[in-house]
Amino acid sequence: MAAFIASLLTLGATRTALVIGSLVAATSGAVGVFVVLRGQSFSGHALGDIGTTGAAAAYLGGISPLYGFIGVGVLGGLGIETLGERARERDVATGIVLSLMLGIGALLLYFMTQRPNPGSGPVAILFGSIFTVDPGVTGPVALFSVLVLLLLAVLYRPLVFTTVNPQVARAAGVPTTAVSLLFMLAIAVAVEESALVAGALLSTALLIGPASAAVRWTRHVGEAVALSVLLGLLAVVLGVALAYQSYAWPPLDRGWPVSFFIVMIVLLEYLLSRIGRRTRQEPATRQVP
Amino acid sequence: MRNLQPVAGQAQPVLELAGVRVSLGGRPVLQGIDLSLRPGELVGVIGPNGAGKTTLLKIILGLLRPDQGKVRIGGHDAQASRSLVGYVPQSYTPDPDLPLTARDLVALGLDGARWGFSLGGRNRRAKVDEALNWVGASSYADQPVGRLSGGELQRLLVAHALISEPRVVLLDEPLANLDLRSQDEVVALVGRVAHERGVTVLLVTHDMNPILGVMDRILYLARGQAALGTVDEVVRQDVLGQLYGHHIDVVRVHGRILVVGGPDVEALTCTTCDA
Ligand SMILES: Nc1ncnc2c1ncn2[C@@H]1O[C@H](COP(=O)(O)OP(=O)(O)OP(=O)(O)O)[C@@H](O)[C@H]1O
Ligand SMILES: [Mg+2]
Repeated sequence: MAAFIASLLTLGATRTALVIGSLVAATSGAVGVFVVLRGQSFSGHALGDIGTTGAAAAYLGGISPLYGFIGVGVLGGLGIETLGERARERDVATGIVLSLMLGIGALLLYFMTQRPNPGSGPVAILFGSIFTVDPGVTGPVALFSVLVLLLLAVLYRPLVFTTVNPQVARAAGVPTTAVSLLFMLAIAVAVEESALVAGALLSTALLIGPASAAVRWTRHVGEAVALSVLLGLLAVVLGVALAYQSYAWPPLDRGWPVSFFIVMIVLLEYLLSRIGRRTRQEPATRQVP
Repeated sequence: MRNLQPVAGQAQPVLELAGVRVSLGGRPVLQGIDLSLRPGELVGVIGPNGAGKTTLLKIILGLLRPDQGKVRIGGHDAQASRSLVGYVPQSYTPDPDLPLTARDLVALGLDGARWGFSLGGRNRRAKVDEALNWVGASSYADQPVGRLSGGELQRLLVAHALISEPRVVLLDEPLANLDLRSQDEVVALVGRVAHERGVTVLLVTHDMNPILGVMDRILYLARGQAALGTVDEVVRQDVLGQLYGHHIDVVRVHGRILVVGGPDVEALTCTTCDA
């Protein structure tokens, strides 16, 4: 196994894929725990789609899609949070911002396909391109990851408090509106990073999957964050390794998309946590006559 | 934890409301509320649905600003003295999957408002253990909060509210959805909070009967107005009749008090009888 990973690391493309994939998985895994606990999965998913509009604009403008994803994602996140302060309104606000951005995105993607040489741009934006991602974005992705994790560390206790009991947190002097807004920024950056890597359509898997498994398997928020990061890393490393292997599978020398493997592993983690949970609860249910 | 013994003859009020008036959505909810509570006093807040009980607590917490009037806690403006007030909200039900133990929840009451991580420390742990022990929650300290019974959760929320050593604790319907035994346990615990620790307690409940034995005074709310005094002073035909604005019967049977009457008989009956 070690030799196999060593051989993966010697290849330029897989090395970039592993490094960027790990950064993204760790960030999404940590943020994802709070997304799951706060019931913000829909916003998290929508932000990935919203980001594609930015990525398409960046592509048309000739700059790195990373900045398109992050720029528009942050704006979208701020929009959602300002429009819908309370949880119930937030879903509606998310839907409105999402439709608006998807409308613009559809137009931009149309422009992309009408260009003389559309290449793989539209596909890369929608489905991710961890193997073809420009190694030059490693630095910026690392920087954004560090910023998100730092923000999460600073927000940690007030965010836990606000998540657990917003009313009491507010009464205890937690600026809950500011905490929620800053956390929305963290979600936006984490999701857009992973949209770049796993693809906008699949970034939700990295955000929600490892986190919802980790939440079921742990008793403390801190433990859930740590486990979620580990499960995310596992999915990316295994996914990259399997994608590398798949060059030997039919159709020969083409390789299966890495996003497929990552999402399947995440799904497996989630299903295992459901099953584990079911068997743990069983004794209690059996006591009922 | 600090143990504030009520000093005999201590006259300095902990909580004062003067001429408080609140409107929500353009409708007056509370008006002309005056009260002055002493340290270690347990006050039951009673009134029908929509009487403004939760609103009153939010005013004291500084979560709502009154349109008129003053709220002072420990001699300071309510906004500036949040750390002096502990709060147990109405109907709190954590998600069963929430990865948070009883101990974690109580610790949030201690330092959950501070930025960053907690560095733990023996002192912090000792404080949390002491609070858990004091409310009798040690046996389930490491259980996830989402899987506790209603009575266990209420005792825990009391520990959570007490651990920051407040001068005033506000409990919104802590007896709702509890069976009689759990009600008695929570009532006894809240009595100790006031009378052993000297914390002023405002306890909101629909039914005054479970707390008749521990409450020092009653704050009766109806139609946005309040009457404060001992049970014998307030729960009377004339006083409540004036508060509700129509005829009221106060019936005492087997040591229980029933408030009955008016056009809204059903609702009134249920504010004072066991379901
Ligand atoms: N945000 C709001 N906007 C408008 N009206 C409000 C708002 N919050 C409460 N009210 C109104 O204020 C009145 C008092 O509400 P409050 O929640 O204080 O009642 P309560 O005595 O706690 O009732 P319950 O026993 O049902 O908990 C109600 O008529 C309610 O409809
Ligand atoms: Mg209420």
